[in-house]
Amino acid sequence: MTTPRDKFGRPIVVVTGMGVVTSLGAGKADNWKKLTAGESGIRTITRFPTEGLKTTMAGTIDFVPVEPFSSTDLSERLADIATDEAVSQAAIGGKGDFPGPLFLAVAPVEVEWPQRSELGRATGETDFDYDAILRVSGGGRFTRYHQRFQFGSVADHLAATFGTKGSPISLSTACASGATAIQLGVEAIRRGEADAALCVATDGSVNPEALVRFSLLSALSTHNDPPQAAVRPFAKNRDGFVMAEGAGAVVLESLEGATARGAKILGVLAGCGELADSFHRTRSSPDGKPIIGCVRNALSDAGIGPERIDYINAHGTGTPENDKMEYLGISTVFGDRTGSIPVSSNKSMVGHTLSAAGAVEAVFSLLTLEHQRIPPTINYDVPDPAIPFDVVPNKARDARVTAVMSNSFGFGGQNASLILTREPL
Amino acid sequence: MTETKSPSAEVWITGIGLATSLGEGLEANWDALNARRINVDEKSFAPYIVHPWAQVNLDTQIPKKGDQRQMEAWQRIGTYAAGLALDSAGVKGNKEILGRMDMIVAAGGGERDLGVDCNILNSEAKGNSAPGFLNERLMNDLRPTLFLAQLSNLLAGNIAIVHGVTGSSRTFMGEEAAGVDAARIALARIAAGQSDIALVGGSQNGERKDLLVLYEFGGFNLKGKFAPVWSRTKDAGFALGSAGAFLVMESKAHAQARGAKPYARLTSVVADLARRKRPGEVTATLQNLWSKLGHLESGGAIITGATGAEPVTSEERTFLAEHREFAVRATGTIFGHTMETQFPLGIGLAALSISRGALFPSNDLSGLEVELSKPPSQIVVVGAGHWRGEGMALVEAIK
Repeated sequence: MTTPRDKFGRPIVVVTGMGVVTSLGAGKADNWKKLTAGESGIRTITRFPTEGLKTTMAGTIDFVPVEPFSSTDLSERLADIATDEAVSQAAIGGKGDFPGPLFLAVAPVEVEWPQRSELGRATGETDFDYDAILRVSGGGRFTRYHQRFQFGSVADHLAATFGTKGSPISLSTACASGATAIQLGVEAIRRGEADAALCVATDGSVNPEALVRFSLLSALSTHNDPPQAAVRPFAKNRDGFVMAEGAGAVVLESLEGATARGAKILGVLAGCGELADSFHRTRSSPDGKPIIGCVRNALSDAGIGPERIDYINAHGTGTPENDKMEYLGISTVFGDRTGSIPVSSNKSMVGHTLSAAGAVEAVFSLLTLEHQRIPPTINYDVPDPAIPFDVVPNKARDARVTAVMSNSFGFGGQNASLILTREPL
Repeated sequence: MTETKSPSAEVWITGIGLATSLGEGLEANWDALNARRINVDEKSFAPYIVHPWAQVNLDTQIPKKGDQRQMEAWQRIGTYAAGLALDSAGVKGNKEILGRMDMIVAAGGGERDLGVDCNILNSEAKGNSAPGFLNERLMNDLRPTLFLAQLSNLLAGNIAIVHGVTGSSRTFMGEEAAGVDAARIALARIAAGQSDIALVGGSQNGERKDLLVLYEFGGFNLKGKFAPVWSRTKDAGFALGSAGAFLVMESKAHAQARGAKPYARLTSVVADLARRKRPGEVTATLQNLWSKLGHLESGGAIITGATGAEPVTSEERTFLAEHREFAVRATGTIFGHTMETQFPLGIGLAALSISRGALFPSNDLSGLEVELSKPPSQIVVVGAGHWRGEGMALVEAIK
């Protein structure tokens, strides 16, 4: 029997397990039900006081208790939940013995305010400088914080829990991180280095400083009331993204390996594209060339033309800038077909899960292929005439979907696109 | 075990950019190494010891003051070193190549505004705990663009903006292992034909109290008086280093087509993650990695990023004792511990040593590091993280 390879002679990469957790709930079933019902997971923040903040809502995940709170601890818990679901579905390897490498998209890790305040209190003084903080940090009193706030700590935990092989990679390409994690897995399988890869993306970043940081960059929506109506991708009255938490995980395998062990194939990772933008730290090149190039790279990696794509899972953050640039990029590549391809934004419901978004949305794209039903873009009441997309407004739609493009763009000029299909191309 | 299997394409190192505590550029670093110079500061952060960055004229690599202002020190160091690497490879300003050059940066995070943090903590200590107090202070006191100077992937972002490297941009995190994996994945991609040319490296500013706090939690900082890595068994720890180290790696075919001169060949990079629950695990892991490197001839050298932290440094010492035919150099003694950057720095120094036909002299007092009289044709770069992660690379002379 010949090995199943794509038209470029590379091993075909398939998905055999997936898991997801968002502000809508834990697990594919719950998420899909609510996503296709047009429900929003955005709510008023109760985790910490919001006095003095311009934005007081987010897609927080409050059903996973973490005490004392740190974003890194929550990220780890969310990654556990999504990964467990993905690995269980794939039924691959033994328990705690995943037969391949781990690629983890995770937010940059840092000591957070609850811990910093604890250090301040530990000085026992009311008037102190940073040297006093440095002095009390040692002596073994805060040993656990060393490990907790290492950038590699979440990946280390996942590697130990799920028994992935080799050196786990923690990565960040900002809001494209989840897509990059999947791309790294695809590449490893295509190289023949691994028959299976575990690609996970997680973000539990809703804390005061993270919110303030995005707020100071004028990136967040301030449509606080009602919070469910805050994210308005592609609408004329969109005013920013909404921070959200979540995790997505996929088990990738070579088609050969998956077939040999009789695994159920949930979809195909047909292509990945990326291209960096050197225009500005937070803004896209006005000519859209990097986004256009990224989308074209993904198509060419999959070996298909734009005519084969019948649904676009948009980055669709709801910022004035992103949605405009995404339209420019897509309309340039898709030409006359632009207005007739459904383009919807999951973020209208789950918010922007940042480092996790690329993987969360890849899972939703795969569910779209599985159910032949496109989740809507909610809060779309005032169309923007400058963005004449078919955004699948407000209500899910049944459709024949064979190939999905999922886009992710991020600060720092990050662009990544994935192409997912039902069957091998 | 993660390894790059039987690479199909030979991968050359055609560019090296070093901006370290010893100086900028290959000449300055090579001269300082041969003069056995170490730039260490025992006073500014006493009792903690750091290796300060040798200041440069930033304008030569980061011409726009606006760009310099948008970065914190770690990004400036990295962006500067990346520019040196591109210069060294002869691709600086070559839009055709830079537009398809892949980039993998190994990064931590950026400096905090210590003044803002301290003021908030002092106010809290004085009883100011009104709801929203922290929010208001952060909203008012944080510089709006500070976040961009802290984000891990914005070193790569700045390199794209300043130097125009845009083929792809990936940032790996995870301390020492991030540097190993950046080199490993770049090599694997080029060897497999997934990429032709890549910029790989990292940077760290060690003159940072917030970093000292993080490592002080685990008791990892070297205190008091400087000592070479192998002489720190009693007072274990590392002195944070400041360095940017970037490499241009490309397929032999790509390099030859553009007439680029190689420093050395990067033959293999292997990595693993020992659980480190029992004594001996790191030693065993290093032995296993060594066996995966490819054919090794005696008379070579080992450039290790050994940290001086324990117990990992002792475990590495046990491993090294099995390979006494290799002359060892610990970069931690000379440059301090530059975390994500230590492994790319080690590869850069290995390639430089091979291209200069000599291993640089030792600064060791313990007797572990011996002199090497003949030109090294193989240098193994070793990295065992202070807490996690083990990796090795084989850098060879081009035959």
